Amino acid sequence: MSQPILEVENLVVTFGHGRHAKTVISDVSFALHAGETLSMVGESGSGKTTIGRAILGLAPVSGGTVRYRGETISNISRNARRKIAREVQVIFQDPYSSLNPSMRIEDILVEPMAAAGVGGGRARVRELLDAVGLPSDAASRYPREFSGGQRQRIAIARALALEPSVIICDEPTSALDVTTQARVLKLLKDIQDATGVAYLFISHDLGVVHNISDRIAVLYRGEIVELDDARTVAMHPKDEYTRKLQMAAPVADPQLQKERRSARRAVLFGSTA
Amino acid sequence: MTTNIPVQEPGHNEPGVTDEASNLELKEVEGLSQGQIVRRRFFRHKGAVIAMIVLAAIILLSTTSVGVTIGPWRTPGWWPFTWDALTPVENRTRPSLAHPFGQDEVGRDIFALVMRGTQQSLSVMFIAGIIATVIGVVIGALSGYYRKAIDSVLMRFTDVIITIPIIVIGAVLGVAFGSLGASVLGVVIGLFSWTSLARLVRAEFLSLREREFVDAARVAGARDRRIIFRHILPNTVGVIIVNSTLLMAAAILLETALSFLGFGVQSPDTSLGKIISDNQAAFATRPWLFWWPGLFIIAIALCINFIGDGLRDAFDPRQKRMPSARALAKGKGANAVTGDVAAANAPIASDLSERDGGQGTR
Repeated sequence: MSQPILEVENLVVTFGHGRHAKTVISDVSFALHAGETLSMVGESGSGKTTIGRAILGLAPVSGGTVRYRGETISNISRNARRKIAREVQVIFQDPYSSLNPSMRIEDILVEPMAAAGVGGGRARVRELLDAVGLPSDAASRYPREFSGGQRQRIAIARALALEPSVIICDEPTSALDVTTQARVLKLLKDIQDATGVAYLFISHDLGVVHNISDRIAVLYRGEIVELDDARTVAMHPKDEYTRKLQMAAPVADPQLQKERRSARRAVLFGSTA
Repeated sequence: MTTNIPVQEPGHNEPGVTDEASNLELKEVEGLSQGQIVRRRFFRHKGAVIAMIVLAAIILLSTTSVGVTIGPWRTPGWWPFTWDALTPVENRTRPSLAHPFGQDEVGRDIFALVMRGTQQSLSVMFIAGIIATVIGVVIGALSGYYRKAIDSVLMRFTDVIITIPIIVIGAVLGVAFGSLGASVLGVVIGLFSWTSLARLVRAEFLSLREREFVDAARVAGARDRRIIFRHILPNTVGVIIVNSTLLMAAAILLETALSFLGFGVQSPDTSLGKIISDNQAAFATRPWLFWWPGLFIIAIALCINFIGDGLRDAFDPRQKRMPSARALAKGKGANAVTGDVAAANAPIASDLSERDGGQGTR
């Protein structure tokens, strides 16, 4: 792990102008190394999705820099952004909204290659479908014919089309049921093992990210409150907010859940007193 | 634009839709393209199909009977009289065997006139429809996609166009240039009737540009033009087609009104509105002089509206399944125009449709 593949330094994201300006991300810095999984967890509105969008150039970067392999990629022209597209891809949260309903799967998968001007085209479609565990006859179908989990696989295949070295996973499992979630997470892990891609994994669920992450960053109100080893953050959180977040996730065992609930109350009560 | 029912999770149905019904619908849409589904739904809309047949018959009748005249060229027709030839008045201009629609007071054959008028009105309709659709889509797409300054400028421009009454424009141009030919009239109507379409397309773009598949295209490095034409526009086709047909129906009525007022198609040429206007004094004495053109105006406008209606139903994503022939017959009762046929075929047709997944009703 020499040079980080993706660096975010003192990132500030502000929406609106003048009096209406609202700073959503203030002074966030982290680095993503090749082949690792870094997770961002936090509650709704903590800015985790915005960080992902800022890296992708979909949200305005008002301060700080984002660097890919040492090259600044924040606030660059559309043309320069096109080159980065091959390296940094994304999987969105909602598989129902992220696939164009009027395009066949084949066209959806070819689209990033066509837009980036990369060859390969149709021959690669079968390869991609195979990689995400879908039958090759899926190519001629439309997104509406697939279930949520299958659609998310298609979205993953699309992200893989350009063989990126970083994929930003924006809550890729939160719209799926628990068993599908596990299968999609396993798929992501398998892909990482095979291709060595790095994930920036965004989630609100500490439990989900615990098993797949190398490191976890905990976000609260647009700031990173804790960034450490996955095990350390999940098992022995140092920050008080992380502890609260951990307590908030329910466990399946009623007895354990009862204990957890009382422990959480203690934390919450202790913090307000 | 699409159904949200996943294929392998029958438990996720929308409320009110039974498993069986939605499975049937799924089986039906499986493996079909958007276009195929739309076509299939459209052809199940009886009114629209009949309207399309009638419209095709009208177009065929009007073009073959008196021939088509474009500039100096004129194709022959099978009707013995042309629309501009004067013939001896027979039977005191009443309808007769030789002149089934009658004649006007100078001896022109009304059938030939109505056929020529139908041609003119139809060409105005198509020209206006195409021009209005192109302008409306381009302006709507640009302002919906780019928003901000471009949106403000284009929408204020649209507001200005909306405030101008097209009848006045037609009248001013008619006075200034004497006669507007059918094609010029079509262009003028088209230039002033794209406003509602532009607003609708803009609204569609505003909502679609926020969808994640557009973000995905952007992340993949797609240019604006590619995003607009390849990613967003195909998802607005339903809105565009439906509203263009309605626009065309409005255009034919507008053409009639302008020609009636004397600002549209001028002598020696004719249009449906002009035939009525020429003969308005004969209302009480020789009603056939404007019943026939009136009938054709109504028929064309109705056909276009029915086709638009059928298209809207076909493109409507919420309307997943056309009711079976039996349900339709039950709902309409015996008073429907096509009721007899539908009722007679209903048991067989719906049995078929239930067995093979609704594909047998065609």
